[in-house]
Amino acid sequence: MTNIPETGRTPRVQIRLVVIQILVLSLLGTLGGRLWYLQIREGDAYAKEASGNHVQQVVQPAVRGSILDARGVALADNETRLVVSASRTDLLKMPDDGKAVLTKLAGVLGMKPKEVMEKVRLCDAETPQPCWNGSPYQPIPITDEATPKQALQIRERAEDFPGITAEPQALRRYPSPGEANTAQVLGYLSPVTDEELQQAQDTDSPYLRSDQVGRSGLERQYDKQLRGKAGVTRYEVDNLGRVIGQAKADPAEPGSNLVTSIDARVQRVAEYELNDAMKKARDVWDRNTGEKYKADSGAVVVMEAKTGRIVAMASNPTYDPNAWVGGISAKDYKKLTGKSSNYPLLNRAIQGQSAPGSVFKVIPTAAAVNAGYSFDGPYQCSSSYSIGGQVFKNFESKGYGPISLGRALEVSCDTVFYRLAHEEWKRDGGTKPKKNANDWFYKTAHQFGLGAETGIDLPNEVTGRVPDRQWKQDYWKANKGAWCKYGKKDGSYAEKIAYENCLEGNRMRAGDSVNYSIGQGDTLVTPIQMATIYAAISNGGTLYNPTVGKAVISADGKAVREIEPKAHGKLPMSRQTLAQMDEALEGVATRGTAAWRFANDGWPQDKIPMHAKTGTAEVYGKQTTSWFATYTKDYAIVMTISQGGTGSGASGPAVRNIYDALYGVADDGTIDKKNALLPKPQKSLPKVRTDGTITSPKVSKDPAKEQRASQKDETAPDEQQLAGTVASPTPENRDTRRRRRRNRGRGSRRMLT
Amino acid sequence: MTGANSFQVSGYGPERAGWTRLFARDSLARRLDWPILLSALALSLLGTLLVYSATRNRTELNQGDQYYFLVRHLLNTGIGFALMAGTVWLGHRTLRTAVPILYGVSVFLILLVLTPLGSTINGAHSWIKLPGGFSLQPSEFVKVTIILGMAMLLATRVDAGDKQYPDHRTVVQALGLAAVPMLIVLLMPDLGSVMVMVVIVLGVLLASGASNRWVFGLIGAGTIGAITVWQLGVLDDYQIARFAAFANPELDPAGVGYNTNQARIAIGSGGLMGAGLFHGSQTTGQFVPEQQTDFVFTVAGEELGFVGGGLIIVLLGVILWRACRIARETTELYGTIVAAGIVAWFAFQAFENIGMTLGIMPVTGLPLPFVSYGGSSMFAVWVAVGLLQSIRVQRPMSA
Repeated sequence: MTNIPETGRTPRVQIRLVVIQILVLSLLGTLGGRLWYLQIREGDAYAKEASGNHVQQVVQPAVRGSILDARGVALADNETRLVVSASRTDLLKMPDDGKAVLTKLAGVLGMKPKEVMEKVRLCDAETPQPCWNGSPYQPIPITDEATPKQALQIRERAEDFPGITAEPQALRRYPSPGEANTAQVLGYLSPVTDEELQQAQDTDSPYLRSDQVGRSGLERQYDKQLRGKAGVTRYEVDNLGRVIGQAKADPAEPGSNLVTSIDARVQRVAEYELNDAMKKARDVWDRNTGEKYKADSGAVVVMEAKTGRIVAMASNPTYDPNAWVGGISAKDYKKLTGKSSNYPLLNRAIQGQSAPGSVFKVIPTAAAVNAGYSFDGPYQCSSSYSIGGQVFKNFESKGYGPISLGRALEVSCDTVFYRLAHEEWKRDGGTKPKKNANDWFYKTAHQFGLGAETGIDLPNEVTGRVPDRQWKQDYWKANKGAWCKYGKKDGSYAEKIAYENCLEGNRMRAGDSVNYSIGQGDTLVTPIQMATIYAAISNGGTLYNPTVGKAVISADGKAVREIEPKAHGKLPMSRQTLAQMDEALEGVATRGTAAWRFANDGWPQDKIPMHAKTGTAEVYGKQTTSWFATYTKDYAIVMTISQGGTGSGASGPAVRNIYDALYGVADDGTIDKKNALLPKPQKSLPKVRTDGTITSPKVSKDPAKEQRASQKDETAPDEQQLAGTVASPTPENRDTRRRRRRNRGRGSRRMLT
Repeated sequence: MTGANSFQVSGYGPERAGWTRLFARDSLARRLDWPILLSALALSLLGTLLVYSATRNRTELNQGDQYYFLVRHLLNTGIGFALMAGTVWLGHRTLRTAVPILYGVSVFLILLVLTPLGSTINGAHSWIKLPGGFSLQPSEFVKVTIILGMAMLLATRVDAGDKQYPDHRTVVQALGLAAVPMLIVLLMPDLGSVMVMVVIVLGVLLASGASNRWVFGLIGAGTIGAITVWQLGVLDDYQIARFAAFANPELDPAGVGYNTNQARIAIGSGGLMGAGLFHGSQTTGQFVPEQQTDFVFTVAGEELGFVGGGLIIVLLGVILWRACRIARETTELYGTIVAAGIVAWFAFQAFENIGMTLGIMPVTGLPLPFVSYGGSSMFAVWVAVGLLQSIRVQRPMSA
């Protein structure tokens, strides 16, 4: 007890108490330090996380703008439908990944469970359509055709259908006014992908998860204008998602309307006539192949000659654009992308390319004049032309004696152009070209806009091809390896060709240049290129960028932005040459290869001067391609049918019928203004009212059938004539260059490619 | 109490004597530890605001009355304050004679919890439902009676001057006294409370001057015990999950890791000054569960920021600092042990509670002294404050 200090503390206890005190304070110090670390050092990161925690976005999708025809008739608009969709995130939370719910849902909707499950799976490399291509966080539409009863069933028993919603939604609709479906020009929509979402994140038009994106045609080209801006309201929510305050609201801005230069009625006529011409061609016997024409695909373009605006553009085979609405079914997708349907998604007016045949001849004509040859000639139109023992024949081996270039166009005399092209080829140095070779025939083709895009306001236009020296060189470089491997000197025909190509495929040979001069060989053009060229000949030489879009008008009609026609070049011809060519092309319609479709078939040439050029191109291993290029002072129409037969034979009646519809011409030549669909191009724009409604005229049920009906008497003989004439061509049918020969010369081998 | 001078100073009539005596020099009021008292009051009132902020929107809890928890917290504080005053009035020495009874009652109460009278909240079977919507958590009172009981056993012979340090037999008795209620609480199972009790026992033993062998032996035994408990699977799944979530909060952000994650987001987003009282989005949005009780510190962290959170820690620090001083300065070992036990209790419980919201300690169901909502806890800590005051007030008597 003696060593107990006054405080009653032994040193041991005292020391331990100090230890406790230090320990306690260091614990509190630890807390303070950690608090500083979380709040001061990492505070910003946590603040961000906190705001992400409690802010929810509610997206009000913007109504997509309509696509209108020149008079305001809707080619694409929206309709409200009951959409049943499933939330993948909710389904995956269930123990069976939502299988039970989907099966039950299939029962309500009257679908097969398998069908429903396929719709909600995500697309990847191994998953075939149907599958969901959009964001996995977005509700996936299962059907957009739910009946109110089905929707009620789902909504009333919400507890039985977790993750399933049934709500009215604005859906894209392609109403096909007057049966004009305009499929490839309009394009289609599909949900935005994660990749696109990310890419567009920091641009001025970011996507939302719910967005539908234009995938082709006008829907893609004018996607930004049509899409508008979705409205986003940000709410502060609590942990159960209950709204505790509104943070920010951007109202939705509806997309603008796109007015096109398309006229739904003319479009319908063009589609109908194209399809009809192809159907009829399939009944025609092809002497060369010993079977009926296949007529597997075709395209027609109706263009305003003075502006380059597209009045109608049809591609065949075609499809129903509504197949894409609300997610495409497996069957439809297979059909649309399969080979058996011959790829109906392709817009062959801008994406189909083939050798032009004789419609090309306006280019060598201009080239010859530029090279210094006189338009008037005369030039010898012999029945054949031979180069080093190789014989290039005129069509039907018929000769016309010495004629002008104009007459050569009228009768489509090949040998005149052979001779000129061969001469020029020799002047440029033949297979060993001079340094400053003129290459008039090729240069002129480029100046006409071939081998390049016309600049139409539709995506994925193809360029065609001008097989000039540069191209030959590039092509040889790219294919030399394969040719040299495959080629054999004494092998089969194909092997021999490959062998030759391996050795000197980079050289421009005489046969190449001769074939090229009449639009054969490796030459490739698109219908839209030909339409642009013939429109230019009509309008005095201006090559316009073809346009489908005419104006973008805001949803309230207040802001109107007109899309002005733009030119990308002038035809390389003097006024005089142009006038001479114009006259010659009129001659084609009055006394040349197309006369039996126009002047000799009741066309009022004095009132509506018609110009035309026919073409029948050969493709190695296939039947001939039918080409028909025409123009008046207001319109240019170009039609082509692959494996369809001759130019005026297969395409002629269809083009004539389109003109009849445009101008209201009866077959006897009388013009009835009442029947005329569009005697003058539509100038004024349709009116969009401030409430968003659009004034548009009524379109009859089927303008094509009506147009046919107004000429009923002529329909039957027309068909007879077609069948009869193609079987045994009349002398006027000069559009065919030559037929397959038994003994193939070097020149024709070039058609392999 | 030497109150002779106070009569002269006050000059009031004898009927006012009790009141004036309170403020006279060397009076009770003068000798009270005001820093502790004021800090405890400040924490309780701050707690009222934080509890109110956390519960005013929780309609499923407050029965539609946004002031439900505010009023009750104030009421609890009032009762706690009265209990403290009563404790001071009685004095810890007087209470010392009642320790066996208090101990017996508290053990009886926790045994009651194990009967059908007990109810389960958040996985722990630690409550007794009382009529009128009140409930009692006896393990809170056991913390006090363990301290008092052990102190009585360990200090009796030393304070009597028989021994310098408690002998082994006494220590064994004291440990046995603590072990009985701890085992019962472990059965509930209320692991958090058991952890606090272990720390209390450790603090008590240290302050009693028991030999080092006991102290280190106990630490060793505690460690082995913890490992055994873990290995034998005595713990419920939810307890293991909480520890796992502590080790890796991203493990299951929607499940067990949710608490810690949301708590940390709430505190971290507070920054220096906080979002302002009633303006914390995490709190308003009710993202942090149990925010009025175990996670009340997150409200302070989010709405009052580093300043508010720091203030709570500082106030707790003041209480602990003064309590340590009281432990050191009192002449009796009994008072020293009681004060040290309270320090160990408050310090560990505060560290564990704040530490879990900051993500440096595993989640257990322990309230933050004075601040968290909860009657039993509030009463117990205020009784403890009363004991500290009593030890300080009665100090001169031994002189």
